[in-house]
Amino acid sequence: MSEKISRRKIITAGLATAAGVSGLAAKIADRYGLLAPDSGRVFGAGEALTYGAQRLLMSHHSMAREFNRSEMSRQTTVNHEHPDDDDYEGFLERHFSDWRLVVEGLVARPSSFSLEDLKGMPSRSQITMLTCEEGWSFIAEWIGVPLAHVLSLVFPNSGAKWVVFYPFDDFWGSIDMPEALHPQTLLSYGMNGKDLSPDHGAPIRLRIPRQLGYKNLKFLNRISVTDDIKKIGDGNGSAAPEIGYSWYAGI
Amino acid sequence: MQCKPREPKDAPVDIDSKRPLRHPAVVRLTHWIHAISFIALVLSGVAILLAYPRLHWGETGTYGSPSFIDLPLPFVLDLPLRGPGRHIHFLAAWVALFAGLVYVFSGLWTRRLRHELLPRISDLRFRTLRTVISNHIHFKRPEEEEFWTYNALQKTSYLAVVFFLLPFMFLTGLAMSPAVTSVFPSIVNLLGGHQTARTLHFFAAVLLVSFLILHVGLVAISGFARRCRAMITGYSFRKGAHE
Repeated sequence: MSEKISRRKIITAGLATAAGVSGLAAKIADRYGLLAPDSGRVFGAGEALTYGAQRLLMSHHSMAREFNRSEMSRQTTVNHEHPDDDDYEGFLERHFSDWRLVVEGLVARPSSFSLEDLKGMPSRSQITMLTCEEGWSFIAEWIGVPLAHVLSLVFPNSGAKWVVFYPFDDFWGSIDMPEALHPQTLLSYGMNGKDLSPDHGAPIRLRIPRQLGYKNLKFLNRISVTDDIKKIGDGNGSAAPEIGYSWYAGI
Repeated sequence: MQCKPREPKDAPVDIDSKRPLRHPAVVRLTHWIHAISFIALVLSGVAILLAYPRLHWGETGTYGSPSFIDLPLPFVLDLPLRGPGRHIHFLAAWVALFAGLVYVFSGLWTRRLRHELLPRISDLRFRTLRTVISNHIHFKRPEEEEFWTYNALQKTSYLAVVFFLLPFMFLTGLAMSPAVTSVFPSIVNLLGGHQTARTLHFFAAVLLVSFLILHVGLVAISGFARRCRAMITGYSFRKGAHE
């Protein structure tokens, strides 16, 4: 009998310690930007581990693989097509000549940029793979302005932690500051030598090759910088968790 | 203990040897954690696979490009399987990883792996091997002594699962992560590309599921209740011993 009680005590103490340690770990992880916004959800433990571990592994210098021109794919699959509302269609007809990308939030100089402004900025071209969570993938060349450059023009507050993207459709999303400042993270306006087609995300697509396709938001319209992602939407960092997907898509 | 065990005349036997320990707690715990997480990984893996049940070879592959194998499965895109499937898959992978590390390191530390799973010279003798293989082919119920040890086929298959197939699953899984391969591009480059990694991940999973079916089948014909009890409580009676 006494053995049983002591075993139960050991298990209880063990569980309490585990809960305490994971609570403390979550606090520390949050402090160092290692906690995914959606890690409080049902399967949040997995999200917290994956995002935390990969954030620790990755650095500013870990580059998504880039490929040769000969490795570019013939097929460039489109998953969801461009919005069909009048607003978007109107800009499309006018080739986005009167459209401006708004960049605001926790920045010293909120600004807006036309497509021509963005194309005039220092550009980066990269041949990378786009991997869909469904399982298919293709390699293409994207050209765009590094998000880091655009952010440098609006002077984010030193406390800024997240960059939030609002497209023409309602599939909004966000990335953390290390990902936003990564050299391969582009506001892309061209693909395979042409302007980005509507279905591939015109006028601007976030090209973020260290994460899966669904994180590469299309049809961007507005960008906002924030220090508290919990205050935006339902607090999970993007629209993806609402339909069952994780906020972080580095897998 | 009211009734004193009757002891044989030639060898004094203590109480413990009547119900000796077959599996230590760490093995039992990690075994069942793995059983649950493996089933979760297989089911969620299928849920993910059904979005695009085609396998490619090389770096890329998509609609309209040649496939390596078109699996005879439907394309399921409209059911909400994949979201939860992905969450369960990656959470279960973490659980399996931690349980696996505990199993391997405790097994190395206590030398249990070497003792129980490393085949001995005597296991590998032609006659021993022939008997073991013939017993398996004829679905012969194992002798009592085989309950307490592993034969050469068990040892090699367990070692192959623990030290090759499961690590290979993790490797091919990680090779599909664009974040991980940004840090370790050689994982995917050595495997021969992103889609090759996905295809190999599938085939290694098929091998593991085959192992599971065989494992449960062989447990069933060699005394399901007794072996399950031993894997749950740790103990078993010694058959044919004094009662």
